[in-house]
Order: sequence, then structure tokens, then C-alpha cells
Amino acid sequence: MNNAERKDYRLVLHGHMKKTYRKRIIIDRLATIFAIVCVVAAIIPLGSILLEVVKNGVAALSLEFLVATQGSIGSGKGGIGPAIQGTIIVVGLASLIATPVGVLTGIYLSEFAGNGIFPSAVRFLNSVLTGLPSIVIGIVGYVTVVLVLGSFSVWAGALSLSIIMIPIVVIVTEETLRIVPHSLREAGYALGISKAKITLNIVLMTAKSGVLTGIGLGIARIAGETAPLIMTILGTSLFFSSLEGPVDALPLRIWRLASQPYESAHSFGWGAALVLILMVLGVNVVLRLLAHKKGFTVRAEV
Amino acid sequence: MVSLVAFSVLRGSIEIFSYEGIIGFLTGTDWNAVEGRESFGALPYIVGTLVSSAIAMVIGVPISLGIATFVSEMSPPRFAAPISFVIELLAAVPSIIYGLWALFVFRFWIRDLIEMPLYNTFHWIPIFDKYPFGLDVFTAGIVLAIMIIPIISSICREVMRVVPNSQREAAYSLGATRWEAVRIAVFPYAKAGILGAAILGLGRAVGETILVTMIIGNVIGIAAIPTTLFSQSQTLSSLIANEFNEASSDLHLSALIGLGAVLLILTMIINIGARLLVRKMVKVPAGDKKK
Repeated sequence: MNNAERKDYRLVLHGHMKKTYRKRIIIDRLATIFAIVCVVAAIIPLGSILLEVVKNGVAALSLEFLVATQGSIGSGKGGIGPAIQGTIIVVGLASLIATPVGVLTGIYLSEFAGNGIFPSAVRFLNSVLTGLPSIVIGIVGYVTVVLVLGSFSVWAGALSLSIIMIPIVVIVTEETLRIVPHSLREAGYALGISKAKITLNIVLMTAKSGVLTGIGLGIARIAGETAPLIMTILGTSLFFSSLEGPVDALPLRIWRLASQPYESAHSFGWGAALVLILMVLGVNVVLRLLAHKKGFTVRAEV
Repeated sequence: MVSLVAFSVLRGSIEIFSYEGIIGFLTGTDWNAVEGRESFGALPYIVGTLVSSAIAMVIGVPISLGIATFVSEMSPPRFAAPISFVIELLAAVPSIIYGLWALFVFRFWIRDLIEMPLYNTFHWIPIFDKYPFGLDVFTAGIVLAIMIIPIISSICREVMRVVPNSQREAAYSLGATRWEAVRIAVFPYAKAGILGAAILGLGRAVGETILVTMIIGNVIGIAAIPTTLFSQSQTLSSLIANEFNEASSDLHLSALIGLGAVLLILTMIINIGARLLVRKMVKVPAGDKKK
């Protein structure tokens, strides 16, 4: 630290010294208490959400609820089978698109790209992509697929969701590949193995769990997206018919149920929310704990 | 990818921009989709978006900062990891579930515990002068705050972690208490990063759709400009979500996509600004530490 900065601290502290020691201790305690209150304030909503979803959701659960199509509106009969099926189909397709693209981009950025202008631009645009509102991405699905093919379709939904998932996979892949020790790569070079083989067989294999974590987190994230689905897969009360037709999804179903004025619909909504939250949080908890064990952390913003 | 997004949004919105004119679209307040009398203005929703996000920032940023400070500076290491874990779980909850919870549970808490007392005591102040209903910009702002807390606090934590220990030790050696050390050594050093984190959170709040749609009250036209804290309103994204499936004409659709274009530009600016700030911050001290 240079002299100028040190002088600065003295000036600042001089003001504090004038106050009595007791007062300063009290302020310190107050700040600590404020920080603890903040932590509690953030945990209460999580507790309340989990509690309410489980409390209201369990009542709706039954085998019929999980597999049947929806009964007539307001009747309280039937289930959310098509929504569960639709979520699995759309999210599955989206991850089939996003995984190869995301992992390959991640590999490129970490192993081949270096720090030139193009890779930096890719990284930057990628992080911008994570921040785009999902509804805007839904518009992309609408304009590029729905308008072109002429109907709401599974493809449009899968495309939109994959656009949300790709940047997540890219970021996690790049970060995990970077922490693979360089000595492993050098060992490969020493044996005269080609770079492609080193990357695939050594680096990617070592970082396998991290990359899988990234994919899993991406899947959990897109499984909970609602907004882009409104304008791409539309939602229906029937089971899946074709890839070119509309399909249902859990978040979309919850949204529609919550806006109906019937108690039974709300109860269904809670049930669907329970199914969704079990899927999403389950994946998250397991993956984050695993990641933690392996010694790297996954940031909340992805 | 980004250019694909930009291209499709712009292509979809050309029609409305040529119909209303860009300025007309941005400053108009009417919203009428009836054929023959079409008129689309985005101003109320831009205002609604900004107001609800502003409320979210006012509530969310101090709390996030408190959490980050606690985790990185105050708490015993034993608690730090579990706390961050729980906070990150909060980030993993899908926004539709926040919406459901806010619609059926949280809004009654807000109405009975915060809005009613405020109304009863302060209804002579204009911003509180509306009988609270629970579905309004205030509730939306608070739930948005809960949603952005995990993002802001985890970035703040990261930024505060890279503040060199020598900074803290310098403050302690001059007799500072722990809070004073945080205030005079950690905060100024991490300033840019914290600001960036807050802006990134703002980007999330501005773009959040489904949650806002469920609790903001969804009014259209000039009424969507909130005059009190307890007014119903509408944001850019919630209007798109509400009307997209019911859009009857190409012009109406185009108007909704036009809202998307406004939203896109707004969040792009916010995001790029934030990333540049965070990046500058995280890079410089990391290099500093090695010296």
C-alpha cells in the first residue's frame, strides 16, 4: 500500500476516534445484527414457499393426477399428465440441442481459443445472452419457428429453451475445463497424442462431473421457464400428438390453473407446482452438493 | 445467437414502428386492439417496468449487501457455506412458483402487515393514498426483490472475497471495529463490483415476466402508470405474456413484439454495463493480490 492511501485511512479513522469507544462498539453490533436480519429475511420466503407448496400440493397428488388428462374446467377431476409429458419432451429436445452446442463452445473457449478478440467477444456475448429476458427469447421462437411453420409447435419451444440453456452450459463447461491441471495435458503431449484426442479423452473425461453438473443445472433452469412457452408451445389439455403441434408443460399449466377462478384449479396448480419444484430443486440440490464435494462452486447467476 | 435474437425481434416489430412511429410508440399511452381503432403506446408499461424494478432495487440491494457482508466478513466459516447454499436454492426456484406463492400467500401478508398500516397511518401522503388490494406494484416490487437477492448477494460475496486481506488488516491495525473495517476498507474497494452486481439484478427484475404478470394487477392504457405505491400496473413483459395468445391482428402482435424490442434494448444496455463493471472489478484486484 502506498503512502497516499495510508494517509487516507488515518483521516477517515480520525473522525471515528472522536466518538466514544462504546458508541463504536454499539454501531458494530447493530451492523452485525442488520446483516443477520438480512440473511433471515431471505430465508423466510424460501421456507414459506417450500412449506406452502408441500402443504397445498400433497392434497392434490394421486396416481390419476399424475397421468390423466385434465377434466372439464372447474370440475376438479383429471390430472396433469399431458403437462408432465410435455415438459419432459420439450425440455428433453431442448437439452439435446443445447448440450452439444454448449459443450463444444465451452471446449473451444477453454482449450483452443486463447484470449484473442473473437473468443473474448464470444464470452462476452454469451454472458449477455444469460441476462436476456426469457420472454424476449420466446419472441425469437415465435418469429423464427411459429411464423415460418405456421403453427405453435414443440420445435419452437425446444429452440427457445435451448437458447436459454446454451450459455449456462458454455459457462460451466469452460470453467470446469480450466481447472483441469495442465500437467495432465502435458502428459498427453509427451506421449505424442493429438490435441483432439487429449481434449476428448483426457481433459473432458477429467472434467466430466463438472460438465454434467452444468448440463443438469441448465435442464433444471429451463424446466421452470414459463414465459417463452406461452408464445411457442401454446399449451393444450391433450397428450402429445406431433412435434409440429402444440403441447402442454408444467409451468404453463400452473399459470393457466392459477388464473382460473376455481378452488379445484388452484389446488391442481399447487399439485403441479409440487411436482415441478421436486424436479427442479431435486436436481439442483444433488448437483450442487456433488459439485461442492468435488471442490468447485457453481455461481447463482447461471 | 445474440444477433439472431436481435434480428427476429426487430423483424417482428417493424410493422408497429412504421404504424405508430418510433417516438409515437414510445410515448403513446393508449392501448387499443379493436380493429379499426388500433392505437398502441408503450409509455405506461415502460413506466410500470421501471417503477416495479426500482422498488425491487430499493428493497433488494441493501438486503443482498447485508447477506454478502455477513457471509464474507462476519459469519464463522462453519455457517458461511450452508447460508450461501440456501440462498442459491432461492435462485433455483422457478419464477412461476414464486408467482403462485405470491398470488395465494404472500400478497395477503403484504396487504395485512405492511400496506394496511401504511395506508391507515399515511393515507394523506399521495403515494400511499389508495386502498390496498395486495395486487399492485408494491407487492410486485417486493417479490422481485426476493428473486434478485440471490443473484446480487452471490456476486457481491465474490467481489468482496477478492478484496485483499491487507486492506482489512490495515483498518484493524488502526483500531477499527469490524464494521468500520468493512465500511472503510472493503466497501470502497469493492464499490464497482457491488454496483455491477446491483445493475445485473436490475436487468433480471426488468425482464422478469410470469411472476409480475401474476401479481401486478394487469391494467392497460393510461391507468397502468402507477400514481401510488398501491396502484395496479403493467410491465412490458407482463403485457406481452397477457395478450400474446389473444392477439387478434398482425398489427397487435407486432405491437407486442415491439414491446419486446424495447425490453430487449433496455436489458441489453443494463447487462452490458453491469458486465463491464463487474469484469473491471474482478480483474484488477485479482492481479493486485499477486503483488
